Amino acid sequence: MADALLIVEGLTKRFGGVVASDNVRLDVARGELHAIIGPNGAGKTTLIGQLAGEIAPNTGSVQFDGRDITALPVPDRSLLGLARSFQITSLFPHFTALENVALAVQAHAGHSFRFWRPAREESVLREPAGAALERVGLSHRADTLCASMSHGEHRQLELAMALATGARMLLLDEPMAGLGPDESARMVKTLRQLKGELTILLIEHDMEAVFALADRITVLVYGRTIASGTPTEIRANAEVRQAYLGEQEAVSHV
Amino acid sequence: MSGLFTPRNVMVAAVLVLLALMPVYCALTANTFLMSFFTRVLILGMAAISLNLIMGFGGMVSFGHAAYLGIGGYVFGILAKEGVTSGLIQWPAALLICGLFALAVGALSLRTRGVYFIMITLAFSQMAYYIAIALDRYGGDDGMAIQRRSQFGDLVNLNNRTFFYYLCFVLLLATVYLVWRLVNSRFGLVIQGARSNERRMRAIGFPTFRYKLVCFVIAGVICGLAGVLLANFSDFINPSAMNWIRSGDLIVMAVLGGMGTVLGPLIGAVAFLMLEEVLSRFTEFQGLILGPLLLAVALYARGGIDGILMGLRRG
Ligand SMILES: Nc1ncnc2c1ncn2[C@@H]1O[C@H](COP(=O)(O)OP(=O)(O)OP(=O)(O)O)[C@@H](O)[C@H]1O
Ligand SMILES: [Mg+2]
Repeated sequence: MADALLIVEGLTKRFGGVVASDNVRLDVARGELHAIIGPNGAGKTTLIGQLAGEIAPNTGSVQFDGRDITALPVPDRSLLGLARSFQITSLFPHFTALENVALAVQAHAGHSFRFWRPAREESVLREPAGAALERVGLSHRADTLCASMSHGEHRQLELAMALATGARMLLLDEPMAGLGPDESARMVKTLRQLKGELTILLIEHDMEAVFALADRITVLVYGRTIASGTPTEIRANAEVRQAYLGEQEAVSHV
Repeated sequence: MSGLFTPRNVMVAAVLVLLALMPVYCALTANTFLMSFFTRVLILGMAAISLNLIMGFGGMVSFGHAAYLGIGGYVFGILAKEGVTSGLIQWPAALLICGLFALAVGALSLRTRGVYFIMITLAFSQMAYYIAIALDRYGGDDGMAIQRRSQFGDLVNLNNRTFFYYLCFVLLLATVYLVWRLVNSRFGLVIQGARSNERRMRAIGFPTFRYKLVCFVIAGVICGLAGVLLANFSDFINPSAMNWIRSGDLIVMAVLGGMGTVLGPLIGAVAFLMLEEVLSRFTEFQGLILGPLLLAVALYARGGIDGILMGLRRG
């Protein structure tokens, strides 16, 4: 894979007796939207945790843009252009929406050993943050305290923060978790706009969204990748149908 | 709406005016007790503000902050006893040593969380405490009187009560301004972000450890300055200045006054020291009153006194 941005090889992670990642291999091409699906507890979040650097794998390697990042700390990976969002919303409740996103901009605007100027007034931070809010459709809530926003807005804010880091690749852990139909549609629209511009690894239970958005899909069951291919191939794959899709009502009429 | 004249701002202004005019009142009434009482308020207020920088804004609950009060005082006192009387050497030396001590404590403690962090900061301060006790040449357990206050040439005379008071007052205001700039700067937002959600901070690209460590050192240096002032003021150093009980007092001042604002701990220091003073006239068991009061703050007024004032609406 000459054009792969992310290459994962032989990744294994054990939690006591549970093998959460079992010799996972995966590659994501530049500009691709690659979805990962799998039942609850399949090891999807654990995989993202290892890609983002929060969880150290027992064995295996992760390469990003031709560089081995297996041992790189979390912040360094972010600085290389690998951004993640969280399945369980993880924000700064006492900051406004704009301040949340501006922090992500600040993290990538040189070091922060700047002790004097009021950072909230810096337009070099505010403007890119405002642009990221605009992309996810949250401009009108810029000055609202994060703690008093709705769950749906939190999910949008999660995405805006990942975007604001200026990342080349997004690792999105169930961005649509808990969203209503309208909010989901809005999120799908946003992701469609991002597609092609950025490389995206998307974890999602919403099959309709996955099959509509993904260039390729990898299926994870009990920590193992049992199949990988285009949406059409995955839909036709007997093993996948048996192991996973069979349980999912949604897929039959996609 | 909430303009300049909120109850909170009026109260803060009143406290500052009161502190600024105190020497005038004391001169008119020849009241030396009040004068020295409020000098201590200024100095300990400064220490509480420095603690709150790491505790309130950074979420780093240090249970050993009084160590810097003691170390600052001891560096000054030891140099004075060894014949180095120039403040231009004593003061920078004290701040430097406090900074290095904070660097060592922070480098270890900031790798841990919660109760372990508290324990490590406590352990280090107790270490400093016992080292001071072992310094026989400098009074050991009993401490040591200091013959001369710091010398800064002919224009500055620290023996003048009024001058000393205003020096503390100006340094306190400078500290307030500095900390206020700091917590709103890029650096300050990193510190506040790390308190709120360190995991997310790292995920968006901040190596939080180094920022917290620098913040920890800044707080230690400011408290070291308070220590130098306190030792100059009392002409005396002794180990109990860094006892864990003193660290607890600083925490109480910050919590009582309010950890959410830069000025909260100053208000807390005024309230705490006044309560302590007044209660000590009626009872030996001040804790019986202070304890429940703190409990009430923790249960019903998380923002402390400053938080209550900010919650008040006019009209
Ligand atoms: N820190 C941990 N310690 C122990 N076991 C863990 C830990 N994290 C995850 N696991 C286990 O690893 C397995 C994979 O969990 P993971 O959260 O990665 O699944 P998932 O595919 O993201 O599930 P979901 O769809 O519910 O989000 C589960 O069996 C889980 O219980
Ligand atoms: Mg998950």
